[in-house]
Amino acid sequence: MNYETVIGLEVHVELKTKTKIFCGCRNASGAEPNTHVCPVCLGHPGTLPVLNEEAVDLALRAALALHCHINQDNKFDRKNYFYPDLPKGYQISQYDRPIGEHGYVTIEVGGVEKRIGITRLHLEEDAGKSTHSIDGTHTLVDYNRTGVPLVEIVSEPDIRSPEEARLYLEALRSILLYCRVSDCKMEEGSLRCDANISLRPLGSETFGNKAELKNMNSFRNVERGLEHEVVRQTAVLSSGGTVVQETRRFDEATQTTLSMRSKEEAHDYRYFADPDLVRVHIDDVWMESARAQIPELPQAKMARYRRDYELSAYDAGVLTAEVEVARYFEELIAGGVPAKTASNWVMGDLLAYLNSTHRTMDQSPVSPAQLAALIGEIESNRISLKQGREVFRLMAESGKSAAAIIEERGMVQLSDESALGSILDEVLANNPKSVEDYLGGKEKALAALVGQTMKATKGQANPGIVNKLLLEKLAGKKG
Amino acid sequence: MDITEDTVRQVAKLARLAMTDEEVHAMAPELNDILSYAQQLQKVSLEDVEPTSHSQLLTNALRVDSPKPSLAREEALRNAPDSDEGQIRVPAVLEG
Ligand SMILES: [Zn+2]
Repeated sequence: MNYETVIGLEVHVELKTKTKIFCGCRNASGAEPNTHVCPVCLGHPGTLPVLNEEAVDLALRAALALHCHINQDNKFDRKNYFYPDLPKGYQISQYDRPIGEHGYVTIEVGGVEKRIGITRLHLEEDAGKSTHSIDGTHTLVDYNRTGVPLVEIVSEPDIRSPEEARLYLEALRSILLYCRVSDCKMEEGSLRCDANISLRPLGSETFGNKAELKNMNSFRNVERGLEHEVVRQTAVLSSGGTVVQETRRFDEATQTTLSMRSKEEAHDYRYFADPDLVRVHIDDVWMESARAQIPELPQAKMARYRRDYELSAYDAGVLTAEVEVARYFEELIAGGVPAKTASNWVMGDLLAYLNSTHRTMDQSPVSPAQLAALIGEIESNRISLKQGREVFRLMAESGKSAAAIIEERGMVQLSDESALGSILDEVLANNPKSVEDYLGGKEKALAALVGQTMKATKGQANPGIVNKLLLEKLAGKKG
Repeated sequence: MDITEDTVRQVAKLARLAMTDEEVHAMAPELNDILSYAQQLQKVSLEDVEPTSHSQLLTNALRVDSPKPSLAREEALRNAPDSDEGQIRVPAVLEG
């Protein structure tokens, strides 16, 4: 039998605020354990949470960017459970009035656009971080992360393959990065993803038993974990078995998923409205100011690049996938670089250099203005493209300008007609046979002379200029 | 009313409360009395009343996003029964 895969994703994203959601402790990772804590986030009796306006603003911006309907009147609820990383014994979350509902993300699968629905987007507080001792005797808890603002984004079960799941995550991450809502670093935990996956006979309308996958720390691992689940569940169903509804953990070492064997008692969180927090009302003015904070989003930008710059879908996709890359590209254009040239440099030497040195675009050692100046040197034929690429590498390594490096290396002279002239005279003097052949009508002999010139200049001469000068000199000899 | 002894045990378990059989036996009718009392409210006609989630009409008690000093770590750890390397030490938890 053929099965259809049904996947829904739950994504938690840490918001990029300065402080926690309900207290003035810093929202910053990497600090010494338990140094960003106070009576509020430690859940001491008698303290009161006060909502951080910026957290609401960022959640609102994210919800709008994801095309959600906004519940302008929303509220906070308590989700009650006991775990050491949750000092109050409840998590403040949003239950029946999330800030956003019924949104969507558009992905492109095999050249076809597809909408993945978003059920809800709500605000909540993060829990602390537990470290379990290897010998299993105790657990250490750090509350620095307790109370960091999160949005939880729950997708509809609209995803039909592990690949679609990855595409959805990439699109979602890109939108959130564009909106400056979160830094979305999965390896640092500022973006986390759980996946629900089930199979059903093709054509069936009812859902099969699902497994909930956890512990995937990269988009690639989400895809791999889901791929493994498709294989595993297909085998179970094909042999007449039933998929156990359970939580499974992705195991990076074996690239498989393992049952977490938790006591599967139904959770009873006893949600109720948090009496410590008054309701939130988002008026139209607030809505519009949040909307104004949303920049041109990746898909719109991609369409514009294709239309206005005549770039291919692939190129436009690479240039817009990350907002910093798009910004760099646009600054090159603003600096007078033709779009196709700018695209080639960004996607070629620049991204290759950044990847090889494990840097992101905002850490580029060559600024857009510096690169535009280098491209100007090439476009004006002062140096060849080949030399330009070498200059780029030197710029990236030294931080110097293109002009300084060209000067230092004497490259400018090799494009300089008078300097090249004397080298050419020597080449012509040393290769009388080729000269004779050319003058005798063997056009091919020109290539040999160009080759000799390139050799004499260690490949640093501008071939276009060499060609032009050679023709002039040979024409002179003819006459 | 429908608070049975099983319900009491379930609620106690969720709240991590240890209760003896006698306590459970005594608690069930007490909870029933409380609920019946509160249930009188069900008789009030609420057709023209907007539902609310809070006793205060106030909305948007908000705070600007500027950092305040946190506790010194020694202070933060003072109430913890045990700590280790600046972290709070608790019995092993293996969340399933
Ligand atoms: Zn705090």
